[in-house]
Amino acid sequence: MPADRTDGDWRPALARSIVLRHDTVRGADLLLMPERAVRLSETGGRVLRLCDGSRTVGDIVAELGEAFPGAPLDDDVPEFLDRVRAEGWLR
Amino acid sequence: MTDAPWALLAELTHACPLHCPYCSNPLELVRRDAELDTAEWARVFAEAAGMGIVQAHISGGEPLLRRDIVQIVEAAHDAGVYTQLVTSGLGLTSRRLDDLVRAGLNSVQLSVQDARAESSDLIAGRTSFRAKERAAGVIAAAGLPFGLNVVLHRHNLDRLQEILDLGARWGADRIELANAQFYGWALRNRTALLPAREQLDRAKEIVAAHDGSGPEIVWVLPDYYEGVPKPCMGGWGARSITVGPDGTALPCPAAYAMPDLAPPNVRDHSLAWIWAESPAFNAYRGTGWMTGPCRECPRRETDFGGCRCQAFALTGDAARTDPACGLSPDHHLVRDAAEAAGSVAGSGFAYRRPPPVR
Ligand code: SF4
Ligand code: SF4
Repeated sequence: MPADRTDGDWRPALARSIVLRHDTVRGADLLLMPERAVRLSETGGRVLRLCDGSRTVGDIVAELGEAFPGAPLDDDVPEFLDRVRAEGWLR
Repeated sequence: MTDAPWALLAELTHACPLHCPYCSNPLELVRRDAELDTAEWARVFAEAAGMGIVQAHISGGEPLLRRDIVQIVEAAHDAGVYTQLVTSGLGLTSRRLDDLVRAGLNSVQLSVQDARAESSDLIAGRTSFRAKERAAGVIAAAGLPFGLNVVLHRHNLDRLQEILDLGARWGADRIELANAQFYGWALRNRTALLPAREQLDRAKEIVAAHDGSGPEIVWVLPDYYEGVPKPCMGGWGARSITVGPDGTALPCPAAYAMPDLAPPNVRDHSLAWIWAESPAFNAYRGTGWMTGPCRECPRRETDFGGCRCQAFALTGDAARTDPACGLSPDHHLVRDAAEAAGSVAGSGFAYRRPPPVR
């Protein structure tokens, strides 16, 4: 069951059925799964690329902070990850 | 410019150990000696990926009958395409599946005909249920995303709850309840397959009452009974390309039956030309071709006038409004058949058979 708040030691990784791929034709990152393809925003793709099971949510926020100084990442990133986990695409 | 396609249905072969009376393959099955070879399929997948296709159903017939299926899956995977094997389960050993997974296979869709062995075998036209059960075990053990597909009709709808229980027991992640769609073989068997309305009503209640635990359930609309056509998947030539065993390219697998379509072949043309330029893929693209009530209808961008293949099969004119639509002047063709289904006894099946060897 997905928690509604991200816990500190969660190291998000894509679910087994999901493939994250850059689509050069559409210029977008996609999540591919059986019977479905989900087009990600540029930032969404960036966040999910860091979800490789080795980084905690805190690590991901810190890493993105270097690329987007001043962005409200502390709230936005955990919220986004919770949403993606609720869809069943992250474990 | 035409938007890029998303998906490829690759019918590797029309050969199949089963004989389902609603098979989606054409009445005229492609013979084995006319099939594309490994290198031709590899080229198709490379071209497909280059055009924006990101997903492929590796299907048939029974795709496991191709000795080179591992190489074909590998070619699709190397091109960057997400692959799903669509199989009857016959011939799916754990060794075979391991090889396919190593080649890059992403997921499996297994078909089953009913929840009980005797009736599943009767519908399939041969003993197959136990083999499917074993295949399900192999897929579940491999931990692969696992979809179970069940075509629903008069002879299995009353066991829907058992079917859902079976899917959960077999470890499926998703159960696709595909109410039979009547073209090709299924149209030939329509009297035997059409359910009575009460059967469908009870089935809908079971689906509605499902508590959301266990496998995800997908209910494919039974268009004969709703007065609403099922939307053609994103519209004709909008999302997907079907390539048949001999390289025939079609906007959808049911379109084999349209004799005037003159479908292009991947042996003669690039997939990019086929998608963007060929007359067959442009024939019913968009809304400009529409006739009758579709032209002014607010739903025309939602259901795209319903199914072209059904319009052709029932009226002889693929540009007419789908007779499944309550607004169609031909709606009686569907309504009368659906009403009669409650009273007629249902006849035996005309099983799908391979073409005679000439
Ligand atoms: S034409 Fe009919 S069978 Fe073909 S994709 Fe559209 S709805 Fe499906
Ligand atoms: S009239 Fe045509 S567009 Fe309107 S609902 Fe019927 S099939 Fe769809």
